[in-house]
Amino acid sequence: MLTYLSIIITAIFINNIVFAQFLGICPFLGVSKKTSSALGMGAAVTFVITLATVVAWLLQYYVLDPLELGYLQTIVFILVIAFLVQMLEIVMKKIAPALYQSLGVFLPLITTNCAVLGVAILVIQKGFNLMESVTYGFATSLGFTLALWIFAGIREQLDLTAVPRGMKGVPIALVCAGILAMAFMGFSGIKIG
Amino acid sequence: MKNYWKLIYNGIVPGNPVFVLLLGMCATLGTTSSAMNGLMMGVATAAVLICSNAVISAIKNLVPDKVRIPAYIVVIASFVTALQLVISAYMPALNASLGIFIPLIVVNCILLGRAEAFAGKNPVIDSVCDGLGCGIGFTFALTLLGGVREILGTGKIFGSEIFPEDYGMLIFVLAPGAFLALGYLIAIVNRIRKTSC
Repeated sequence: MLTYLSIIITAIFINNIVFAQFLGICPFLGVSKKTSSALGMGAAVTFVITLATVVAWLLQYYVLDPLELGYLQTIVFILVIAFLVQMLEIVMKKIAPALYQSLGVFLPLITTNCAVLGVAILVIQKGFNLMESVTYGFATSLGFTLALWIFAGIREQLDLTAVPRGMKGVPIALVCAGILAMAFMGFSGIKIG
Repeated sequence: MKNYWKLIYNGIVPGNPVFVLLLGMCATLGTTSSAMNGLMMGVATAAVLICSNAVISAIKNLVPDKVRIPAYIVVIASFVTALQLVISAYMPALNASLGIFIPLIVVNCILLGRAEAFAGKNPVIDSVCDGLGCGIGFTFALTLLGGVREILGTGKIFGSEIFPEDYGMLIFVLAPGAFLALGYLIAIVNRIRKTSC
C-alpha cells in the first residue's frame, strides 16, 4: 500500500510533470488563460493518459517484448495514442455529447501533448507493474491538472496587473512558472516509506 | 538560389521556432541544463526535421488528404527511432543525459508543424531548406538558453570555467531556472524585434 501512496505523492508534488520534468509545457502555456478551460483540459488529459498508459503497458509486455520488437516502441506508442484520442472523440460524441462539447477543442491537441507519450515511455523505463503504472499515470495527470489549474488562476490575476511592456504575455507567464516551480521544489524534501 | 537562402533565413530569425513561434517548449526547457546538451538536442531535432521534411514533401501526392496527419507522424517516428538507435549505439553518454527527450522528439510541435505548414505543400528542395533553417534556429535557441543557464548556474560555458563555481546560482541549472531564463530571453528578443521593425 505504501508503494502506491509513495507513487501518488511523488508524481503529484515531488516530481510534478510540468515543474520538475518539463512535459506537457505546450498545453500548460496555451490553455492556461482561464481556470474553467484549464480544468477541462486537465480532465481530458487525465482520461487519455490513464488509458494510454494501460494500453501501452499491455502492448509492451504482451506484444513488443515477446516478439523482440522493442525498437518499435516509439512508433507503436504514438500510433496507439493517436488512435485512442480519435476513438475517444468518436465515442464521446455519441455517449456524452455535453462533455464532448465542453472538451471538444482540447481533444485533438492531446495527441501532441508530450506528457502522454512521456508517461507511457516512463512507466516502461521504471519497470512498473500494471497496477503501479495505472496509479502513476493517474497521479501524474492529477499533478498536471493541479499545475494547470494553479497557473490559470495566476494568469487570470496577471491580466489585471500592470506588467512592463516587454514582459507582457509569455515572458511574464514563464517567470511566474519559474517561481511556481521553486515553490514545488519545497516538496522535494518529503520522504515516504 | 536567393530563394533558398531566404527560406533558411526565415527559420532562423523572423520565424525562430522557440523565441517567436514558441514551439517545442518541452525539449527547450528540459534539455538545456548546459550549452552542450542544448546544442546536441538541437542538432538531433534538426536532423530529424530535415529528413522528415524531405520525405513528407516527396510523398505528399501519394498520401490521401484524410490520413495525412497519421502518415506524417509515422514518417517522423521512424526517423526518431533510427536516431535513437544511432545515439544509443555511438553516444551512450548523450543518451543518458537527454534521456526521455530523444523519443519525445516525435511529439515536438515543430516537426508536425513544419510538415503540415510547409513540407506538405512545397517541393523537396524547398522543404529541406525550410527544415535546415528551422533546425538551425532551434539549435541556436537551445544553445543560447543552455549557455545562459550554464554560465549563471555553474560559471562555465561548454565546460570551460569563466568564474569559480562557488559564485554560480545553482537554481539556474535546476528546473525553475529554465523557466526564468527562457522568460527573460523571450522578453529581450521581443524588445529587440520591436525596436528593429
